[in-house]
Amino acid sequence: MEIIMIVLASILFTTGVYNLLQKQFLRIIIGTALISHGAHLFILTMGKLKRGAPPVEDYGVSNYADPLPQALILTSIVISFGVTSFLLVLAYRTYKLNNTDNMEKLRGLNNE
Amino acid sequence: MEYIHMVYAVFAPLIFAIIIPFLSRIKHKVHTGWLILPVPLLIFIYFLQFVGSDFETARQTIDWIPSLNIALDFYLDGLSLLFALLISGIGTLVVLYSIYYLNKEEQLGHFYTYLYIFMSSMLGVVLSDNVFVLYTFWEFTSLSSFLLIGYWHYREKSRYGALKSMLITVLGGFSLLGGVILLTIETGTTSIRGMIEQADLIVNSDYFLFILIFLLLGAFTKSAQFPFHIWLPDAMEAPTPVSAYLHSATMVKAGIYLMARFSPIFSEVPLFFIILSIFGLVTLAWASYMAVRQTDLKGILAFSTISQLGMIMAMLGFGTSYAVFAAVFHILNHATFKGSLFMVAGIVDHETGSRDIRKLGGLMTFMPISATLAIFGTFSMAGVPLPFLNGFYSKEMFFESALDLGGYSGSFIESLITVIPIIAVVGSIFTFVYSMYLFFGTFRGEYKESELPKKPHEAPFMMLVPPMLLVIGVMVIGLFPNMFNQALITHSADAVYGDEVAKDIKFWHGWDSPAFQMSLIVVAAGILLYLTKNKWHHIYRVIPGRFNFNRVYDWMVEKIESVSNRITTAYMTGSLRLYMILILTAIITITAGAILISDGFNFEVQDLAPITAPEVIVASIMAIAAIGTTVARNRIAAILILGVVGYGLAILFVMYSAPDLALTQLIIETVTVVLFLLCFYHLPNLTTNNNSIVHKGTNVLVSIGYGVLMLVIGVTAYNSRFADTISNFFMENTYELGGGHNAVNVILVDFRGIDTLFEVAVLFGAALGIFAMIKLRQDKGAK
Repeated sequence: MEIIMIVLASILFTTGVYNLLQKQFLRIIIGTALISHGAHLFILTMGKLKRGAPPVEDYGVSNYADPLPQALILTSIVISFGVTSFLLVLAYRTYKLNNTDNMEKLRGLNNE
Repeated sequence: MEYIHMVYAVFAPLIFAIIIPFLSRIKHKVHTGWLILPVPLLIFIYFLQFVGSDFETARQTIDWIPSLNIALDFYLDGLSLLFALLISGIGTLVVLYSIYYLNKEEQLGHFYTYLYIFMSSMLGVVLSDNVFVLYTFWEFTSLSSFLLIGYWHYREKSRYGALKSMLITVLGGFSLLGGVILLTIETGTTSIRGMIEQADLIVNSDYFLFILIFLLLGAFTKSAQFPFHIWLPDAMEAPTPVSAYLHSATMVKAGIYLMARFSPIFSEVPLFFIILSIFGLVTLAWASYMAVRQTDLKGILAFSTISQLGMIMAMLGFGTSYAVFAAVFHILNHATFKGSLFMVAGIVDHETGSRDIRKLGGLMTFMPISATLAIFGTFSMAGVPLPFLNGFYSKEMFFESALDLGGYSGSFIESLITVIPIIAVVGSIFTFVYSMYLFFGTFRGEYKESELPKKPHEAPFMMLVPPMLLVIGVMVIGLFPNMFNQALITHSADAVYGDEVAKDIKFWHGWDSPAFQMSLIVVAAGILLYLTKNKWHHIYRVIPGRFNFNRVYDWMVEKIESVSNRITTAYMTGSLRLYMILILTAIITITAGAILISDGFNFEVQDLAPITAPEVIVASIMAIAAIGTTVARNRIAAILILGVVGYGLAILFVMYSAPDLALTQLIIETVTVVLFLLCFYHLPNLTTNNNSIVHKGTNVLVSIGYGVLMLVIGVTAYNSRFADTISNFFMENTYELGGGHNAVNVILVDFRGIDTLFEVAVLFGAALGIFAMIKLRQDKGAK
């Protein structure tokens, strides 16, 4: 099962990177979202899958899923959410100010 | 020796350089130059006391960086003494001269500060025994020379000349540093004395060729040897006292000094002889040939300096006892007559307003004293056989040493030895021609009143004193050439040669002496060429014609700039896509390369969870959705498909026993989709990708490459576990230590609470940023 999940994560990375290389701001944000999904899945997979009950102590259960990757992913989800929402508003403002969402046109000034 | 206060002598000008800006505030009362004139004079007197036939070397050491074996190690031997006397003596005269040359309206504080920094560093160069201290002072001379050449910084040519000299001499300075470092590594000492003692070790070392080339490059750039001579004519934009001091008497001899200092190490090496003789003679011939072409007085003098430096360099290369003596003797002679000539040129410029020899002429009646001084200077430079001109002796000694070469074998060297006297004579003929041209072109001939900006008149007496003293030096050495032998010159030559050199300078060699005959040939041919100058002058249109080393320099500077500019603009296009591709390609190549090299790929099927249908179905849907985002033409479709991936991930979290994750993922995904929808309302629709095939192909290639790389890493990493998980600790202690049952939550707020704190900070920052972006609008009006 882990192999399948790694393949899935790789597909998420591939499509994410492909979106990242596009011109439109919206596509780039979609790309970053896909990459972060892929990364979360990756972390979870690395911590072994389906090895027991949810990591909530319960009477009579001896096998639990690994709680550490879950904690890491939880942190990561929140952070990537913060970044994604920031990027979205940035895209919105950029479009309002420059009337374009084409990254090839948003190159800054020549004398920078 | 008792009196060892060299450190004060070296640093006195530097200390005064700090005080000078304050002294120069006393304007309109007294010229700043008067206030600081005693400094070089006292240093000169201080060094004068060492002169004598019972000369002994002196040494003074002060710790600087003991851990690196670097000390302010001042060592005075004959060679250092000669240079120290030249530096302080001519320094005194130049300061005196500059008092009359620069008026009080100029920024005198700047001028004297730079000049005194230079004086200190030059004294440091010639007195340092520690190679790193020598290098430090060496670069200080480059720096202060740069400042002095650019003294009139509002002139474009001054800035050009300053930059050029800086680039070339610093190039040589760095190469000197390279040589010095290699020498230190090889010998294990930073002292020049120590290196000379280990000469055999250096000559036989593997790095010897590098050491030699690095040191030669340093000396050739500093002493304006062919083809690095091009900075010196442009350095003539400096005020004339600077040209007289730095660019004739002192700084340009630093390279000569370096070669002389290290020649006890190299003198036995044939390569040293070959390179130094060839470059020295080519410099001598080429620069004296080019000097005739110049129209600017200082231009002629600059090329003449280059040519004379070439002559000294060649004599150092000859390396015979006689040649070394002649070289040292000529260092002294050249400093006297060239210094006086520069000062006369400055006087002519000062009193007529022009330095262009085509506009000058017939000035002898107006400026008799200057003309008299110039006669001695130019005739001595030309080597006219008169017994009261010191240039004559050194020229004869040059010829004699050129004729008396030997001790080397090999067919190349032997043919070189036969050619050397011929080149020497040819170079000297042109030396004669430009010397005559310089004198007669300026002071004789027709007086062109209409061309001159000022009515010419004789300079103030005090301005004539410094060149007069130098000319007196020319004559004293000319009349009594052996007077300084015992006291000074033999000591210097001993230091260079590394052995006893006892030579007398002969007044008269007799008619049958070959050197004298060569001198006569020079004079005869020189007079002939000078008189017919207008007839053969068009040869300069053929040689060098349009070719010019300055063009090579300009071309190189321009090319370096434009090529690096082109390289930078080629990849710094401002396109994020390109940057991403570069970054990802680098990641892929480096990581894949590392995996391949270390044979790190590890595919084993072990310890895997069983495959079940529901998860495979969810995974397939997610995969299809992810691929769907790349081809979606409709923005709302793309956002919703992205939502499918997010929710799919949440379902996977449910299946893999991660309830907290599933919960968070669901909420966050919902909020994200809402945010996307909010933004999409304001953004234009997705356009079709009308990229070229190449573009698309690269994108596909890079993304697939990255995906495959991650797949390989994932599989390999999963199968390469080296340690057990530490999660058992968390599960066992969740309640005991954390007081909770939910291990994930206890980790988040208890075991690893700091993570959570800063994750909260990230959210807070993002929220603030979003708020600021929406609220703060400073440009183009609010929208």
